[in-house]
Amino acid sequence: MGRTLAEKVWASHVVRAGDGHEPDLLYIDLHLVHEVTSPQAFEGLRLAGRPVRRPDLTIATEDHNVPTEDIHLPIADEVSRTQVDTLRRNCAEFGVRLHPMGDVEQGIVHVVGPQLGLTQPGLTVVCGDSHTSTHGAFGALAFGIGTSEVEHVLATQTLPLRPPQTMAVTVDSVTGELPAEVTSKDIILAVIAKIGTGGGQGYVLEYRGSAIESLSMESRMTICNMSIEAGARAGMIAPDDTTLEYLRGRPHAPQGADWDAAVENWRSLRTDDDAMFDAEVHIDADELTPYVTWGTNPGQGLPLSERVPDPAQLTDEGERTAAEKALAYMDLQAGTPLRDIAVDTVFLGSCTNGRIEDLRAAAEVLRGRTIRKGLRMLVVPGSMRVRAQAESEGLHEVFTAAGAQWRQAGCSMCLGMNPDQLAPGERAASTSNRNFEGRQGKGGRTHLVSPLVAAATAVRGTLSAPVDLG
Amino acid sequence: METFTRHTGTGVPLRRSNVDTDQIIPAVYLKRVTRTGFEDGLFAAWRAQDDFVLNLPAFAGGSVLVAGPDFGTGSSREHAVWALSDYGFRVVISSRFADIFRGNAGKQGLLAAQCEQPDVELLWKLLENEPGTEVTVDLAAKTVQAKDLTFTFVIDDYTRWRLLEGLDDIGLSLRHAEAIDEFEARRPGRLPTTTPVRSA
Repeated sequence: MGRTLAEKVWASHVVRAGDGHEPDLLYIDLHLVHEVTSPQAFEGLRLAGRPVRRPDLTIATEDHNVPTEDIHLPIADEVSRTQVDTLRRNCAEFGVRLHPMGDVEQGIVHVVGPQLGLTQPGLTVVCGDSHTSTHGAFGALAFGIGTSEVEHVLATQTLPLRPPQTMAVTVDSVTGELPAEVTSKDIILAVIAKIGTGGGQGYVLEYRGSAIESLSMESRMTICNMSIEAGARAGMIAPDDTTLEYLRGRPHAPQGADWDAAVENWRSLRTDDDAMFDAEVHIDADELTPYVTWGTNPGQGLPLSERVPDPAQLTDEGERTAAEKALAYMDLQAGTPLRDIAVDTVFLGSCTNGRIEDLRAAAEVLRGRTIRKGLRMLVVPGSMRVRAQAESEGLHEVFTAAGAQWRQAGCSMCLGMNPDQLAPGERAASTSNRNFEGRQGKGGRTHLVSPLVAAATAVRGTLSAPVDLG
Repeated sequence: METFTRHTGTGVPLRRSNVDTDQIIPAVYLKRVTRTGFEDGLFAAWRAQDDFVLNLPAFAGGSVLVAGPDFGTGSSREHAVWALSDYGFRVVISSRFADIFRGNAGKQGLLAAQCEQPDVELLWKLLENEPGTEVTVDLAAKTVQAKDLTFTFVIDDYTRWRLLEGLDDIGLSLRHAEAIDEFEARRPGRLPTTTPVRSA
């Protein structure tokens, strides 16, 4: 019987097959490191007298703690500064390449890996960050790990793991492209709304079908990025010409004869026709419209044209309780049209939607328009390279002319760990990945949206799609 | 790692599903570079409310957390496990754990005991009707027992063995150092390396 893409990548990385007792020992090709989940791992190495086994397969960047303005100054928050300084000391001591704040290659770890060409088809990629699933867009097997596992990979370049199950998520479109104003963010929000935050648990999701094939690499990364919000171990998309075109010429992409050998290997990285998935889900892309979340987990999403749901209509007691708690936290009334929900802040950025294509899409909506008075909009490029590219295209001028703030690269308002946060009670439309209680700041309320919806919402002041702007 | 065979302690009913790791410990508490002292961040937002279960005197000193399905979703932060452990929890019982959380717990000697949701409901009722009830979790027998209620839980055999023996994962993998060397020798030279630095 044939094998799935995930099974092929797994099989080619087994250092030692499991024996029924011990799991497989899997080799890790690329280890991405940032300041939050690594200090205790390096400390563990130090205590055990162990070196980093493969510094040449390891790369670090500063992203979670960094401010996105006045970055020439020392980080004001002392505890954040200590964590960033600790990463710098650890990388110097253990010989790990680091891109610090202000560096031309600095950015969110999941934006940096792909743009350097380090993320390649068929690799195993890990990082102490759940959104490592992003890299699966290249046909890599990429997943988030905890700090103990970070230490494990630093010390051994392996992880003991059981093979995951596989789920096909097929997104088809008769026309071969997405409906107007529908983006890959809407696809993944629809997938999570359909299968739930636990629906992908234990699985690697493989996104396939004509709608997926039509997507750019940036859009594919957005989808794979949020696989974890469905509880999945990882998300993957088979490499194709789009993948090759993205990689060609990148700094760490193979060159010359190596490129040809790599391409030959990458072409084999697809699920065999006779392979069986453990589960399958279908989404009709032609039926999709822009999605937004109304609740406090990413599965609580609906088309923008809908209304805030009534918990009383839910038959499952657990779901009903969760919906009641979510509406109380979000301060929403059942039956309110989603389009009537007014926001205070719009955040465009993050490892989900902080790439050049996302900025271009939002800028196109904002060109010649201004954001609603009293509303703040933060535009935060995912990396310094993205920022430079956007500036070379004049996008920053579109954003600032519209009244938005143009910032330096980092995780920013995706999580409440740096100065960019929501105030208690404040409501945001955010292109990030989590609408958990307090995720963007204590007491803050989050609606997850696409870059197009973010831009239109900034103009109208209530959750909106570009079509609403007339 | 400390060995885990059997634990008896006060059960704490947390009647919520989708307890994500941002709730277990908000990001603002993740800035420490040490491995201890995370108990102050545990459920920080909820603990600010007087009626939150951990603020009720009957559950003070609780060490067995009984939560709804999809516990530990979201961020990979192992700080969530450290916060629970530092606070004094040795066991979390739920009908479904997020993968990364379950893995992190297993590395740190926190037992993630997965059982059927109806058993969680029964245990919730018992703990709410008789606050302060002690719960015994036996890893060798894979059972949970409180008063007259007894049910089984599941955990993968390898994690159970490591917990029972208190074994260090890195040490276990390094027993296969030769296999790792051999695998590395076979890796194609065209695979990417982060050094020397190449830039655009």
